[in-house]
Amino acid sequence: MNDCLLLGAVAYDPKVVTIWDGFRTWFQKRGLPFDYILYTNYERQVQAQFSGHIHVAWNSPLAWLQSQRLAASFGRRAEAICMRDTDRDLTSVVITRQNSGISAIADLKGRRVAVGAPDSPQATLIPLSFLAQHGVERGRDIEVLEFDVAPGKHGDHIGGERDAVRALVRGECDAACLIDSNLLLFAQEGTIPFGSTRLIAQTPPYDHCNFTVLDNAPAALVARFQRLLLAMSYEDPEVRRLLDMEGLKRWLPGRTEGYALLSDAVERFGYLNRFLELASTQCASS
Amino acid sequence: MRLELKDLPFDRGGALLVKRAVRNSRRITVSATHPDSFVHLRAWCRVQGHGFELDRENNSAVVTRGDAETQRWSESERAGAHEAVVDLPSQRWGLAARGALVEAGSPEFHFALSHKLEVWSEDAPRIYAQAAASQWDPATAIPWDTPFELPGDVEDAVVQLMTYLVENETAALIVPSRFAAQLHPHFREVMQVLAIQAADEARHIEVFTRRALLRSRQPGLSTAGGQASLQTLVEEPDFATASFLLSVLGEGTFLSLLWFIQRFAPDPVTAAVCRLAAQDEARHVAFGMSHLRRHIRAEPVFRQTLANAVRRRHDALRHTAGLNTEVFEALILLAAGSWHPADLIRGSDGVDALLQEMNRDRVKRLEWIGFPTAEAEELSSLHTRNFM
Repeated sequence: MNDCLLLGAVAYDPKVVTIWDGFRTWFQKRGLPFDYILYTNYERQVQAQFSGHIHVAWNSPLAWLQSQRLAASFGRRAEAICMRDTDRDLTSVVITRQNSGISAIADLKGRRVAVGAPDSPQATLIPLSFLAQHGVERGRDIEVLEFDVAPGKHGDHIGGERDAVRALVRGECDAACLIDSNLLLFAQEGTIPFGSTRLIAQTPPYDHCNFTVLDNAPAALVARFQRLLLAMSYEDPEVRRLLDMEGLKRWLPGRTEGYALLSDAVERFGYLNRFLELASTQCASS
Repeated sequence: MRLELKDLPFDRGGALLVKRAVRNSRRITVSATHPDSFVHLRAWCRVQGHGFELDRENNSAVVTRGDAETQRWSESERAGAHEAVVDLPSQRWGLAARGALVEAGSPEFHFALSHKLEVWSEDAPRIYAQAAASQWDPATAIPWDTPFELPGDVEDAVVQLMTYLVENETAALIVPSRFAAQLHPHFREVMQVLAIQAADEARHIEVFTRRALLRSRQPGLSTAGGQASLQTLVEEPDFATASFLLSVLGEGTFLSLLWFIQRFAPDPVTAAVCRLAAQDEARHVAFGMSHLRRHIRAEPVFRQTLANAVRRRHDALRHTAGLNTEVFEALILLAAGSWHPADLIRGSDGVDALLQEMNRDRVKRLEWIGFPTAEAEELSSLHTRNFM
């Protein structure tokens, strides 16, 4: 198995096949034996990596934390080797309708807040944790309306955020949480009619996906993979269409300090406890 | 450089101003008073690959231009020049306007007709412009409501002629349509000529059908021989050959036919539909002759290919009836104007003269595009008896 670098990715959209087929060809042309395996959800991908089925996982931020904590529980080490330029310094926002009478986070008390999928870092976990930090807690102070589109995809499918915003526009809730880039997208595509909503909060910046490897990954192949990623140029028309589909202009080295907000959120909500318990048992017995 | 958006929303024009400023200056300071501006600006910069640094104290942000836009266009190329048609346009220029800047990595198309020699005519822009200016409306250009009465036999003859014309014009619509889809869009004016030619035929089919059914409950006859002749046109795979057979020989011959019917038309509607159709057909003939003359001049051996196509078609149709008897007789009756023997003789003479005129004009056209007289006469004599 170690003669070919195997990457895992989650099929959150049909374009994922086009993207990784394209990257596979590109890597192979440059002498890196490379193939990929698609998973239907991040939890299965994380477990597959610990079971030795894949060397590299293209992980969501939540899947990164799952891997990192699972590795720690086994006395092992996970490393984030690369990420997109667009994975750095994202923010989430909380918006309300223009005429809702809500002007600050505290005004949300007693109101209903729409979020994305329960496992979405950007549209659920981070913003709800941010609200809690500011004294507005789920269950106690606000009713949370979840839009659970594509569970297991960790919010990669933006349908949940779009549904949350639509619910806000229709008046079915008082606020909605989403990532900043989708706020712009929804405004441009007309999902948010001009002037109909107002921003009431913005989280500090955080980071998103990364390529995760475990400490037993084939070092030479991983090093070559990382070098090739960092060498990809937006000038290259063959790779540019893939970068456009994957939503980046260039790959950057991985960094992990940008996951602090999400780490705080999963701690606060005890979100990973059940997964870690189950995965520890399954991975230990496999 | 400093850009003040003031209260202009980012998603209502603000983004355009920032984009323009970043294009002109590598580093800009953006100030804004609209509450959402910096949220949007941060997200936009990330997606565009620009640097973003927020200065909360001064209610501004510094945007540093990334390289993505320059990189995207670094290997692009112009799809020729607007005013210059190239001999062999790249298939990667695809659907781009002639002279447009085409991004590297654009998909490769497979337009079968991509050699200038095969398709181009310097007259194409003029012929297209003339065609566009000469489009007529079937609803208003024909005096459909003008009262007239015809003897039953004469009306039947008109219905048969119209039925025959519809069939032939259908072939004349299919042929350019098929090649328009195979033509490299770099040859824009030729594509436009073919498209408007198909549109002309669509109108002709409409008015001939309408005239056929003006008094009659149903159209006339369609013969196996006529359809066999047209099938050889519809199925001809080579553009230049099809253009030669259809436009130079077929539609050229039809010009004489349409003017003949117009001249002897027993009613104003028949006269009008044939006159208007003939005017359009003259343009189709002009384009076919123009690009084939150019082709033969550049590649004299190509003349033999065309000549062989006529001989091959003649051989293929040798055992078919050609023009159906009913059409032939209808032409005589129209020219005669009555069943009186003296008139019938005059009518027959008229049709004989028509056939001679058709042959004479075909020879002239063949000579004009580059055939020696003897070969032109031979080829004209081999042209299908079905006229088209």
